[in-house]
Order: sequence, then structure tokens, then C-alpha cells
Amino acid sequence: MTVTVKIPTQLRSLTEGAPEVQTSAGRLGEVIEALEERHPGLRQRLLDEAGGLRRFVNVYVNDEDVRFLDGLSTEVPQGARLSIIPAVAGG
Amino acid sequence: MLSNHHVKYVIGLRCKECGSDYPIAPQHVCELCFGPLEVFYDYDAIAAEVSRETIAEGPQTLWRYGTLLPKPSEGVIDIGAGWGKLRPAPRLAAELGLRKLWLKSEAGNPTHSFKDRVVTVALSVARSFGYRVAACASTGNLANAVAAHAAASGMESVVFIPHDLEAGKVAGTVVYGGKVLAVRGSYDEVNRLCAELVAETEDWAFVNVNLRPFYSEGSKTVGFEIAEQLGWRAPDVVVAPVASGSLLTKVAKGFREFQRTGLIDSADVTIHGAQAAGCSPVANAFAAGAEDVQPVKPNTVAKSLAIGDPADGYYVLKEVRENGGRVVAVPEEDVVAGIRLLARTEGLFTETAGGVTVSALESLVREGAIGPDDETVILITGIGLKTLEALGPQEPTALIDADVEAAQAIVTGGVSQ
Repeated sequence: MTVTVKIPTQLRSLTEGAPEVQTSAGRLGEVIEALEERHPGLRQRLLDEAGGLRRFVNVYVNDEDVRFLDGLSTEVPQGARLSIIPAVAGG
Repeated sequence: MLSNHHVKYVIGLRCKECGSDYPIAPQHVCELCFGPLEVFYDYDAIAAEVSRETIAEGPQTLWRYGTLLPKPSEGVIDIGAGWGKLRPAPRLAAELGLRKLWLKSEAGNPTHSFKDRVVTVALSVARSFGYRVAACASTGNLANAVAAHAAASGMESVVFIPHDLEAGKVAGTVVYGGKVLAVRGSYDEVNRLCAELVAETEDWAFVNVNLRPFYSEGSKTVGFEIAEQLGWRAPDVVVAPVASGSLLTKVAKGFREFQRTGLIDSADVTIHGAQAAGCSPVANAFAAGAEDVQPVKPNTVAKSLAIGDPADGYYVLKEVRENGGRVVAVPEEDVVAGIRLLARTEGLFTETAGGVTVSALESLVREGAIGPDDETVILITGIGLKTLEALGPQEPTALIDADVEAAQAIVTGGVSQ
């Protein structure tokens, strides 16, 4: 079992148009590094210069916003679903 | 399809964060940094053409400000949003120790909240893009406005709401005949669902997702109207409720655009934000001196403000810090007290968001953030009849027979509530 990552349309140019990709489990920071190896350029789109998640990117592990968990240290277990969603919506 | 040529004064969309430029399109997010896209205008061309006189001769709706909006040349869906009353509030002012207080009431809009403003703009643009289906994520008021404007323009509508909304907000959407999907979850979960759905439903115009740059421009007109109705000048202070934060930031933008195009001399306005304690992520960040908003799980009677992860929270903090404002959280029990205070003093029955704003005004005056001589406008964004549940069971003073003596006995007996 691996982790399924849901890719927003804005990043699909980096995944050959795939709306979902698979990667290995680990902490969120490690998962993003693993994604970067397969899909170069993804890290820069998700993380700011200081290495934190960009202000307008929301990441959910099994439907919970990682800001309610441990941010980039959040454990992303085997079989989990990781969603990357633009934060600017609603209201 | 809408092109730049069809929106006379619009240059394009621009990322608020990194400044990247995009053509006019149903797109809300910068592909490079995920920042919000905003409509970008040719202000010099607008300034050369717009005047107080041409605006005053325009329609009695927010489309009187069409030169400062993304107005499609193909026409607009105008069922009467905007150009609501700016009322003096002398009795509330006296009670709080203020000299000049005004109410900008949105209850006169077609579906009785300020959301008609954003929807008339968003769906006019959506229709010119060729969309036939109007959609949104809503805490209630927006659902009403989308369903009504869709019905009046012959579009279909699909609106998504949290499952636990007030009956008036549900009925006030269902009646227009569109599809209403109640989602088991909070507004933030509904919003996330719609942010995901927008990628899968290319022929749906989500007014507050893919149409958001156009949608949010509608809120500027609250600022435009206040300035025009005060005799072409800005007030000293505005108090606005904060849910996503878009309204507050756009009201400020409205005053600045009026100044930039020569319609008013000064846009020097202090804007304060109001939240309820049960959902106060922006007030929390303001109090902590933080640059970013940490999301919360809302639990508030003010359901129309129950956005735990506000999209424009970061910009609200920037705006109020630049103009000397604050973002305050009022205790939950003060929300209904605020509704009653406004009703008792000014004869205006507002919904819970208005109760939050009135209580925030009280607290800002008490803290000294608003002085007795500051000319202040408070935004009363919706009508109380939609949130009756917040008041609890309401009983008549007495139940009597149709009898003169019985009536007199109650009235002269000084029955108190």
C-alpha cells in the first residue's frame, strides 16, 4: 500500500495531466520530497523560500487540514489519501 | 466568450501575491504561487471617463458603478442589487455615546443580504463566458442570491450548503427551483468540496471559486455607495463583519478606487472587522500579532460568519493594520444582544452577522478604538427574518380575547417583557 495524492489542476502539468499519483508513506515533508523526485518542480510550487507550505496551499491528510495536525511533520500513513487544494475559495 | 475587448476598462487578472498577469478567464488562482487573482483595471482610462454626474445618472442599482466593475458589454443580470439606504442611527449613536453613526443596510437587496451584489457581478460575467449552470458553496445568504439570480436569468443553479443551516436560509434557496445539496459537514468542508468539484465540472460557474475574482469585485460597491451617499466623501470609520474577509478588503479597495479615479479626495478610512468568539480565526491572529491565520473549527450562532479557514483572512490583517483598525471577537451571548439593541434603538431587524457587528461597535467604542466624534458606518449585511432560530422561541406580550377591557388591562397594567 502506498499514499494516493490528489493533484489540483494547477499542478497537473507536472504530473503529465494525472489527477492522482501514488507515492510512499512518511511525514508530509518526506512525502513532498518523494513527489519531487518523480515530478520535478512540485516542491517549489508547494513550499515557499523558507521551506514552509505556501500560504495559499491547503494540504489534507485523510480529510484533515494539516494545520490542525503537525504541518509538514504530519504522519502520512500507508493507504492514506493526501489532497492538495488551492486555499483561495469561498466566502 | 468574454475577452478583454468586451470589458472596456479591464486589463486582465493579476495575482495579488506574485503579480503574474492572466487574461480574463474563469480562473481564481495563480498557477505559479496559488495566490488569489484580482481584476486589474486601466484606472487612467476610467478617471478620464467617469464622473460624479455620470454615476448619479446611472441605474438605481450597483450597476451605476459599471465603469469600475467587470461589466460585460453583452449586458448584465440586474434584478436590483445594491443602491440600498444609508440610514442615520441617532438613537443607537446616543446609546453608545457617538455623534455621527450610519447604518448601511443590505436588507433591501433582492434576497435581503449583501450577497446579491457579488452574485449580480459574478453571474453576469459567467453568462458572458457561456456558462449555463450557476453554483456556489454557501453559508446561506449566497445560496439565496445565486438561486434567485439564476432563476431570473434562466440559468440552472446547484448550490452547496452545510446541513445545519437556519430554515429561512434553506427555504429562501429551495423556493427558486434550483438544486440544493446539503452537505454533512461544516462550511469549510463544503467549501473544500466545491474547490475540488470545480476541476471536475467545467461547465459550472462556481461564483465563489472559479468566478471569485469577478464575484469579489461586487463587494466594492458597498464602499462606493457609502462615499456617494455621504456626498462624495469617505467616513472616518467602517465596521464590517468578517467571514472569508473578502467584504472588508473590497470595501477598502472601493474607497481607494474612488480616490484613484478622482471621485473622492481622501480614502483615509479606518476599517474594523467583527467576528463572533465561536469562530474568530482572524481576530485571534490580530490579537496575537500574527501575519497568518490559523484555522479553527467553528461553533457559533452566527452561521453566516462560520468560516474557520477564511480565504482573505491574511489580507484582512494587512488591511486593518495599515489603516489603524482592529479585528475584534464578541462573546457569543452578545450576538443576540446586538440584534436586540439595533432593533430596539433603530427599528432594524438584522441577522446574526449584524448582531456581531453591532456588538463589535459597542466594544470598539468601549475600548476607545472609535472616538465620539468619529463618523462611523456599520455594515448591516442581512435581514433578521432569515435567522429566527438565533432568538429562540418568541412569545407575544399576552394572549387575550377580542375584548376592549382585556386589551386595556394589559396595556395600562404596564406589562413588562
